[in-house]
Amino acid sequence: MTPPPILQVDNIEVVYEQVILAVHGVSLSLAEGQIVALLGANGAGKSSTLKAISALVGAERGEVVAGRVLYRDEDVTRTAPDVLVRGGLVQVLEGRHCFGHLSVEENLLAGALAGRASRAAVQGELERIYRYFPRLKERRRSLAGYTSGGEQQMLAIGRALMAQPRVVLLDEPSMGLAPLIVDEIFDIVARLNVEQGVSFLLAEQNASVALRHANHAYILESGRVVAHGTAEALSARSDIHELYLGAGVAA
Amino acid sequence: MIFFLETLIGGLLAGTMYSLVAIGFVLIFKASGVFNFAQGAMLLFSALTFVSLQEHGIPFLQSLLLTVVVIVIGAVAIERAVLRPLMNRSQITLFMATLGLSFILEGLAQGLMGAEVRALDLGIEDTPLMLGEVMVSQFDLVAASTAAVLVTVLALLFNKTHIGISLRAVADDTRAALSIGINLNRIWQIVWAVAGCAGLVAGLLWGARQGVQFSLSLVVLKALPVLIIGGFTSIGGAIVGGLIVGAAENLAEVYVGPSIGGGITPWFAYFLALVFLHVRPAGLFGERAIERV
Ligand SMILES: Nc1ncnc2c1ncn2[C@@H]1O[C@H](COP(=O)(O)OP(=O)(O)OP(=O)(O)O)[C@@H](O)[C@H]1O
Ligand SMILES: [Mg+2]
Repeated sequence: MTPPPILQVDNIEVVYEQVILAVHGVSLSLAEGQIVALLGANGAGKSSTLKAISALVGAERGEVVAGRVLYRDEDVTRTAPDVLVRGGLVQVLEGRHCFGHLSVEENLLAGALAGRASRAAVQGELERIYRYFPRLKERRRSLAGYTSGGEQQMLAIGRALMAQPRVVLLDEPSMGLAPLIVDEIFDIVARLNVEQGVSFLLAEQNASVALRHANHAYILESGRVVAHGTAEALSARSDIHELYLGAGVAA
Repeated sequence: MIFFLETLIGGLLAGTMYSLVAIGFVLIFKASGVFNFAQGAMLLFSALTFVSLQEHGIPFLQSLLLTVVVIVIGAVAIERAVLRPLMNRSQITLFMATLGLSFILEGLAQGLMGAEVRALDLGIEDTPLMLGEVMVSQFDLVAASTAAVLVTVLALLFNKTHIGISLRAVADDTRAALSIGINLNRIWQIVWAVAGCAGLVAGLLWGARQGVQFSLSLVVLKALPVLIIGGFTSIGGAIVGGLIVGAAENLAEVYVGPSIGGGITPWFAYFLALVFLHVRPAGLFGERAIERV
């Protein structure tokens, strides 16, 4: 049986600039300790859904106008992003968004700031991240802006993990990266999931990689969930690939 | 030669006074992308507060501390009442808001503390000092040292503290900072308070030189060319920009002034800034996006 949900999205609608309806009634659920994939083509509403959960739509003149988000059975639809991060729910933005003028290590330290942990605890956390991402340790003194795309993606994930989250919303980690690096990153995500018990809600256009690692998946089209099910079941349905996931998906 | 050196050094030292004003702009611009027109009014307000406290017989250090408390309260109030409600608006809206804010602050300052010119004595003697054969103003020397101390403190704050990391993170990528739980509202309060304190230092030095009065808020007009030359996003740029403006003004006044009838100082900085706008629109130290290699 699946464990109880740690995150539930209940029929949310997201509107930008008071007129652009980006998400029309999406519902989904993430069970504790699982990886759930959110798939769909460009503009399907994946990022908007994630940002609605993490309360980041507000910073882009967006708003959740209907529905609600439950995190650990609490309604967090109107909760501020920093409160969510402290509560263990953190998002890794699409396009990585590292602090380019800060060193790799400063980027990681910034990730721990919301938590107000002691210096010693932060140091321990840093070592933990470096164990998962040895490449980041090698580059700790470099400015993040000068690291490679793969390293930046690792840094963005590591930075989010510094807040010791229970749920990570991971937006398109594979974007613009070579397949080998994508595999490396997904393997680390899988290890974090198993070893640290972190749950992931993962938005991806690269459905084949995502389905390989996810337990469950939702497929979005034009702001609606058009299909969902276990990763195996969805992978087996060839119609889904053709209809919603487009070309570039290994059958 | 000695006369040239004196003119140059006098100009450089005077330039640090411009830098002090410019630093307040840079801090706020970096953290929130707002060109804070109210920086001059903040400077006037804090200097007036300090002078009024002194006039009530409160000793120097206590007056300074109380003024800082007022600045912090002011920063929090400005963030809540002005910045937060306008959070997602365009830059021009925010600029207009700071324009309004500057009138409110100036009105408030004069209403509460009076409009007459107040003398401010920081106990710095304005007698010339001989460094070898070169004569320099003692006051300018103190002003320059104060600027150096302020910059050092700011550098430590930015590079060695957790608050510094969050300030730089917000300046670098606001959305990313939000996503990792940095509280933007608190960062803005801190930045406005720090910029207010930088303004206080500048206000005290300018006030000691020309009296604390309404025209103090007009030193912002001196900071603008400094910012154009040094770049809006770099404290180092504000320093170098101030030095360039100060030195150029002094040299131009002495060497070019006589042949065109003097009175160069009021506009020469703007002329220089225009030249820089053609050559380096982002300023000498303006932030360039990092190009990944
Ligand atoms: N800040 C914004 N302002 C206005 N409209 C937006 C904004 N962000 C997204 N949209 C619109 O909302 C819709 C959904 O976009 P969203 O970014 O959520 O899709 P996505 O599935 O993440 O796409 P992609 O795979 O390209 O990242 C799109 O039509 C987009 O144009
Ligand atoms: Mg997206």
